[in-house]
Formats: sequence, structure tokens, C-alpha cells
Amino acid sequence: MIESIRTFRADPRHGQITALSCLILLGMSLFAFEMPWWRPFTALVTALMTQGLFSAVLGLRFDWRSPTITALSLTLLLRTDGPELVALAAALAISSKAILRIDGRHFINPAAFAIVITVLAFDGAWVSPGQWGVEGWAVVFAAGAGLAVTYGAHRLEVPLLFLAAWAVLSFGRALWLGDPLSIPLHQMGSGALVVFAFFMISDPMTAPWHGTARAAWIAVAAIAGFALQTTWVVTAGPLFGLVAVCWLVPILNRLFPSARHHWRPSLPISQKKEQLHA
Amino acid sequence: MHRFLKTLAVGAVALTAMAVEPAHAFCGFFVAKGDAKLFNEASKVVMVRDQDRTVITMVNDFQGNVKDFAMVIPAPTILKREQIHVTENAIVEHLDAYTAPRLVEYFDPNPCAVRRRLETLALQSAPAAEDAAVGAGLAKKLGVKIEAEYTVGEYDILILSAKESDGLATWLTQNNYRIPEGAGPVLGSYIKQGMKFFVARVNLEEHAKSGNTFLRPLQIAFESEKFMLPIRLGTLNAKGKQDLLLWTLTRKGRVETANYRTVRMPTGNEIPTYVKDEFGPAYKAIYGEAVTKEGGAAVMLEYAWDMGWCDPCAADPLSARELRQLGVFWVKPDQQQGSGQRIAPQAQDVFVTRLHARYDAESFPEDLRLMETGDRQNFQGRYVMRHPWKGEAQCPAAEEYRASLPARFEREAQTLASLTGWSIDEIRAQMKEAGTDPGDGGDDDWWKAIWKD
Repeated sequence: MIESIRTFRADPRHGQITALSCLILLGMSLFAFEMPWWRPFTALVTALMTQGLFSAVLGLRFDWRSPTITALSLTLLLRTDGPELVALAAALAISSKAILRIDGRHFINPAAFAIVITVLAFDGAWVSPGQWGVEGWAVVFAAGAGLAVTYGAHRLEVPLLFLAAWAVLSFGRALWLGDPLSIPLHQMGSGALVVFAFFMISDPMTAPWHGTARAAWIAVAAIAGFALQTTWVVTAGPLFGLVAVCWLVPILNRLFPSARHHWRPSLPISQKKEQLHA
Repeated sequence: MHRFLKTLAVGAVALTAMAVEPAHAFCGFFVAKGDAKLFNEASKVVMVRDQDRTVITMVNDFQGNVKDFAMVIPAPTILKREQIHVTENAIVEHLDAYTAPRLVEYFDPNPCAVRRRLETLALQSAPAAEDAAVGAGLAKKLGVKIEAEYTVGEYDILILSAKESDGLATWLTQNNYRIPEGAGPVLGSYIKQGMKFFVARVNLEEHAKSGNTFLRPLQIAFESEKFMLPIRLGTLNAKGKQDLLLWTLTRKGRVETANYRTVRMPTGNEIPTYVKDEFGPAYKAIYGEAVTKEGGAAVMLEYAWDMGWCDPCAADPLSARELRQLGVFWVKPDQQQGSGQRIAPQAQDVFVTRLHARYDAESFPEDLRLMETGDRQNFQGRYVMRHPWKGEAQCPAAEEYRASLPARFEREAQTLASLTGWSIDEIRAQMKEAGTDPGDGGDDDWWKAIWKD
């Protein structure tokens, strides 16, 4: 029992998988999201199979955790009119991880990338940012679970910085327009924003490794997302903003070398060193 | 005397002038035999959109003296004469009827007969809403520029651009428009977002010529990346919450709000048959209860359907001509379509969504940001009545059938109570009167049945 708790806690992805699964289950039941059974099923099966394929071809170790997280994120965020596009998105996400690599590392958030490509390319795919509502229980739960998960992954500052940057932009714009504060407050209470901050941009693998560079990158991602959402009226601004700035990650990682992130901090030092970047 | 200023947000709702006469008066729509005053104070807007081409139709429900009416509408661009149009109320009424939540009747078959027969009946309705506008003057130096002046149908239109809200507010006041308190900052916000304004008032001569006693819906066509409906002006001096009915006609699929939750109305529920004669109040209560369950902050989806057909039909689908009148520019005027047919065989390439919001500044602080989804799944608000078999029936199956009825009635009573928030006892009493007595169908004494045999 204690052993299994230890195994669970050794990798923050376990917590993330649990949190995402709970969100999906709550979404299906309490929050009445439209969530046909085939969506999680197709996403999981395709993501794991694609990962298996790449592991076999490239001779890598198969790890079920990352593709599972990607599949669950797709399940939560991507809406499609049938299972084919979910399968396509899941395959795209995992392939992007294996193919789009610089300095031996993937730098694009796989789920965000797959969602943006699928939504842009197909009429039958979309994102429903409104489904989470504003300031409701869904938002509170997502924020709570997100806090626990990102804290466990030592990345708590990422969502908090992102939300802070978004708040500055949102309140700043309201002040400029002379809008009442209820408008930026309403924007900050958006469940879609909270889920994005805690479960999407917080992925440690696709953010710059150096702390200061990371903070700056988060601010740029927030500005890009905010501009897309307010000026160009992209409905899922943060998601598109993240994909728009992901190419900065390898550049920042070169300019500001730092130890790469490890999912399991308990790995022996010698193994870690081998994987030090640059 | 001050003229009425009615400020519509591109399409939406009124900032009616305070006091004097109520500017809203709007007969019930939807629903069979319902109370005619159902959802009065509702604004009706139709948005047609494909890519960034947008056509908005705003139903004018002004009921006062037309010379006292004017409305200010923010629009994303300076509109040319040809971009403004008036249409007939009847078309929006038809759209309303076609998409209205419906009550469906089924008649239980003779339990002794082998053949089973179902008969359905779609109920619907569609009353009216009319009337509109007047009023404006001229002035400058306030940063307000009159970009153009047109007469379209019975309306005189002024296209304004303004540099700042104070100037616009002053200009409006100087020209005898009574603007509600708090309008300045909202106008200012729209000005900074690059919106233009147009003022519509009634040209009395043209109005007299038309012979209409009401004002027709105003339409504007423009290109804008923004798919949104400004509702903030409408909340300024509204007394309490108001209703907005928004229809969208698009190509890809259902439309929803991106910054508010869009929730489907409960549908397919079996409710007691006595509701037939008061479906209006019942639907009103069902809507109110559904909104309350969402904390008052959701937009309700009442209908989403391919315009080519319907099942059951509350009204026939709109004809190609009507669709073009509403601004559906991609439909050919001579296109065959299903008017007059229950189920049209042919797809129209038009998807209709009916959204219903009940809002005020507190629950809906932001304008509605809309988005088109790829969802083409049909949805309708549909409520079912099942009439029990009342004819002769002598067989063991009939006995069983009759014994099962009270429990079914009780279920219907509970469904209605939960949908409407009405008192279950009152519902039971009404049902008893109507001959569908739940009796002890709700009796929890399950043990009574055990040793019956």
C-alpha cells in the first residue's frame, strides 16, 4: 500500500492523469459537458498506439503516461462531430512529439498543437471555451486539482504567472476602455482559462527550462493569446497563443541553458547528468 | 419634448428610454395556446453569418408613437446605403414559429389491440411583435461626424462616427435624445473598439405611405471578423432581467457563446396531459427553472436544426425567398425548398440555431462572443404528452395497462414539478381534475403489492 503510494507520488504525471480523469468524469456527469463515450476511448487508444508505434520504430522505451495525458487533454478540450477527427488529433499530437524535435527534444505542446491544426483544417472540429462556464464549481474544481498537480510537478509558478499576465492585460484593457471591473472579473473567472493555465501551458517539457526565460515566455504567450482573442476574435485565444509562441522555446533553451526537466526527480544523479541539455 | 432613444446593440436589445410609455410590448410567441404575454420584453435578433460576412435583422418591438422613437445601434463599419434594408415581420415570425419549443401528443393505443398506432401532433404558435423609430438632429464640434444620411423604408438613418463618448453623448442629448444614465462609458468603450453608430428614426411621410401601423425590422449587412452581439447598452436601464432571442443562420453548424456557457434546454420529457392548455406558462416556468439551475449565467439552446426539414414541424421550414430576405446570401432565390412539406427532401445548406438568454448587467457583464461549431446534430426543445387509452378494452393486458397508469401519472407529475419548480401537490390536484389522477401512484408503500396475489 505504502509502496504504491510512493510509486504514485514519484511521478507527478500520475497526479495529472488522476486530475484530468476526474475532470472528464465530472464533466460528463455533474457539469453536463457533451462527452460521448467514443471521445476518451478513441483518444486514448490512438495516442497509446501511436506512441507504441514510434517506440518500436525508434527503439525508445514505451511510457504510457505522457500519451495518456495528451489523450485526456484532447478529450477535455477538443470537440468533434465524430471519432475520426479525435483519432487524427491524437495521432498528430503524439507524432509531433516524435517528429518535431530540436536539439533532441520536442518543444511544441502536443495537445495544443493537435487541437489547433485539427480546428483550423476541419469544419467538424472546434473548441468550446464556454462549456466550463464562469466562476462555477467546474472552475473551482479545475483550479484546485490544477494547483495540486502543478505544485507536485514543481511548476506552480507557470499557471500563476500566466494568470497574472492575463489579469494585467484584461484589467488593463478594461481600464483603457472605461469598462466596469465586472468585465475583466468575468474574463478571469473563465473555466477555459483556468484549465488552460493549469493543464496546458504548465507542461514542463514544452516550456523553457531556465526560470527567467520561462517567465518571459509565459508573458509572451499570454500577450499572444490575449491579442488573438480580443483583436482577431479567435475563440480559444490562449490555446492558439501557446502554439504561436512555441518556436521560441528551443531558442530560449539555447540562449539560456539550464537543466532539462525530469518527470522523476528521484532518478539517480548520474542518469540526470547524461540528459543535461547543452 | 425629448424623443425616445432606443439603443440597440448591433442587433440586440433596447436601451429604451426611461419613463413615459413602456417601449417594449411584445406578444407571446412560441407555444400552443400559451399566454400571449409570454416572455414580453424579449428582443429578437437574427444573425446570418458565413466567414466574416454578416447580416443582422433586428425586430423592432416599439409600441409607442412612432414619432417618439429612435434607436442607436453600434455597428463595426460605416454602412453604405445598400447595406441597410428593412424586411417584413412575418419572416421573423415564421422563423420563430419554426424553431419554437414544442409540445407533442401521443395517444396510447388500445392495450388489447395488436396493432400499435402512434399519432403525433406538433403544437406551436407565433404571435407578433412590431413597431419602431424616430428622432435625431444635427450638430458637430463634438467629435461627432455625420458620415451619411439615408432613408430606407420608413426609417431615416444617420451614420455617425465619434471620437469620444462625451461628444457622442452630448450630441445625442442636444438633439433631444434622452440617453440613459451610464450610457456614456459604454458608448466610449465601443468607440475605442472602433465601432461606428447609426441612429434610426421614423420618416413619418414614408411611414404613412407604407400604410403599416407597426415598424418593420431593420437589417444591416457588413463584413467583420467579430462574431459578437453587443448587449451591454441594453442592460443600462432595463428593469430587471430581459430576454433575448437570437437566431443564427450559418453553414457549418450550431452556434454557441464562447464566453458564456451554452446549455441545452431539457427535452423529450413526458409531462401531464393537462398542460396542453397551458403550455405557454409551463414552458415559461421550464425555461426559468433551467436558467436558475445554471445560476442565471448561461445561454439556453432551444433549437438547432438543418433548415431543410423538421420533425415534428412546428411550422414549415423557411423558403429560399424568406431566407434570402433574412440575408442568407448563399442560397439561390429560385432554389427549390420544402415549404408546404412536412419534411423537405432537400438540404438547404443552412443551419439554424435558436439561443435564448435572460440577462442583466450582473449576470452578463460582457457582450456575447459567438462561435460557429461543426456540430450539425439536430436538437429541439420538445415536451411529450401521452394520452391514456380511454376506449373499451377488456382483456388481461388492459387490466395491467390500467394498473400501470397511476404510477406513470405520478412520474409525469414529478417530471413537471422538477422541470418547472411548481408544487407537486398542485400538479397532482390539476391532474386529478383532468382525469389523470396519480392516485397512490406515488405511494412508497411498496410492501402492499407483495402479497396481493
